[in-house]
Amino acid sequence: MRAAVLRKEPSSMPAPIDPIVEVRGISKSYGSTEALRGIDLDFPRGKLSSLLGPSGCGKTTLLKIIAGLIKANAGSIAVDGKVVTAPGPERAFVFQDFALMPWATALRNVAFGLELRGKARAEREEIARHYIAEVGLAGFEDKYPHQLSGGMRQRVGLARALSVDADVLLLDEPFSAVDEQNRRKFQEDLIRLRSNQNKTFIFVTHSIEEAVYISDRIVLLSPRPGRVSQIIEPEIDRSGDPDLIHRDKHYLDTVQEIWQGLKQYAE
Amino acid sequence: MATGIRTESEAVGLATRSTRGEVGGWRDQPVLLRLVSIALFAGIWEIAGRIPVSFAFPTFSATFTAFIGLIADGSLPLAYVSTLQPLLLGIVLSAFLGVGLGTLCGLWRTGEWLLIPVFIVLQAAPVAAFIPMVTFVYGIGMTAKTLAVMILALPVIVLNTYKAVRNVNESLVVMCRSFLGTRWQVVTQIVLPDASPVIFAGLRLGVAAGFVGVVLAELLITPTGIGDLITFHRSRADYAEMYATIASIIALSTLTLIVLQWIEVRVFRPETRGA
Ligand SMILES: Nc1ncnc2c1ncn2[C@@H]1O[C@H](COP(=O)(O)OP(=O)(O)OP(=O)(O)O)[C@@H](O)[C@H]1O
Ligand SMILES: [Mg+2]
Repeated sequence: MRAAVLRKEPSSMPAPIDPIVEVRGISKSYGSTEALRGIDLDFPRGKLSSLLGPSGCGKTTLLKIIAGLIKANAGSIAVDGKVVTAPGPERAFVFQDFALMPWATALRNVAFGLELRGKARAEREEIARHYIAEVGLAGFEDKYPHQLSGGMRQRVGLARALSVDADVLLLDEPFSAVDEQNRRKFQEDLIRLRSNQNKTFIFVTHSIEEAVYISDRIVLLSPRPGRVSQIIEPEIDRSGDPDLIHRDKHYLDTVQEIWQGLKQYAE
Repeated sequence: MATGIRTESEAVGLATRSTRGEVGGWRDQPVLLRLVSIALFAGIWEIAGRIPVSFAFPTFSATFTAFIGLIADGSLPLAYVSTLQPLLLGIVLSAFLGVGLGTLCGLWRTGEWLLIPVFIVLQAAPVAAFIPMVTFVYGIGMTAKTLAVMILALPVIVLNTYKAVRNVNESLVVMCRSFLGTRWQVVTQIVLPDASPVIFAGLRLGVAAGFVGVVLAELLITPTGIGDLITFHRSRADYAEMYATIASIIALSTLTLIVLQWIEVRVFRPETRGA
């Protein structure tokens, strides 16, 4: 199926070197509500890209279309050159509302993706334990979701997505239901994960600061119907002290630049 | 139409949910609490029997003595052999059929349209009135009794299961699909566990209704088993024996419900255990 590779047409977008997810002409309407119109996008492999835009502009819709959870009215999605129309093993989703099974322990929740794929219990639990430790939840394996804080629940959701070993992680506002301290900590963890997991992250957020802080690439969407209005690649060195980034001149300038662009949509 | 359905389980489901997880000093001793409550009940009964409230109302102690006597002469165990067979069969059939049909109706629109109205009518109707009709068609044997149990137990089980499946947490279903769950896995791994508290509320009501069904059948149509024992002792004015028989079936019904709850927590919703 490699032949089905969709080539990127020349455009004003910064050319990514190696796109892993290619979005071509995606449009989506819910009845008379037009959510997305003609989205063309490439997501570079091994990078963290953010979808940023005003509420209701179709960020979740676009992410779910990429995940294969919603059908688009027009256009196609290709992952690794293959057109996809349904969920696949190369993509994993982290849900805004966590979507943890309340009757299952953290361990079983994390291992659930592998359980569905029929992996033997001992094997999948070993993998799950590894990723539970990776997201900083070691020792909480046998707790049920209601015994965990919001931040911890989202870590379980993240570990579940990591443990199926997908190449692309789709995160829909994963921190929106998490308090500010946890959110900061979580963002730092995500930067660390992204540098040592060699995965592609596609991240939906409301927050300009968050997007600039963690992303290699920010896709700005216009209000409904969502279209790509701008693509920004903040060049911020994230290898040092995470707290320094918040005071980095380039970080502050980029935040300001995006805000100037979005301001017109406010109100 | 769906919103028009209100089963008793709604109240039951809410009640169990809201009390779950609360902690209070004396609530931590459920066994002790239950014993105190039973002792209190027995005490009041004893006093009421001694006043006496009615000449046909025996004391607790007389009833208890009668109970021992009924076991000793073998009449109570014998009656239970005849009552429990159709009861057990009817309840097991209703449970599987009810949960199966309810799930089907919850997932499949056509099934919903075909079956749910029937069960709503059945639940609203004074179904005990059908029991003589059942005898008319099926005679007075085991079949008639089993059917009487099912007529009473099935509707509430079907409707509760249906409602629980319809109201399944959509976000968990999407999660399961996104991690490549098949349709079957979505049903067995997400829908049924998620629906299980309400399904079990329905099963508890169904079991209680099943007890009503079998006793009614024995009182109304087939003079055998517990129903016959009650009628027999009433006709001889052995009120202590009559009350002992009635109390024994109430106790058995309660015990069954407790066992059911234990299974639910143990097998389906471990997170609610000792929360
Ligand atoms: N299932 C649906 N049925 C009808 N309309 C929908 C549905 N889902 C989304 N919409 C509409 O489509 C538009 C885009 O929704 P979407 O959830 O993708 O926005 P979003 O950018 O994620 O918003 P937010 O930032 O508030 O999460 C909204 O106007 C929304 O009302
Ligand atoms: Mg959204």
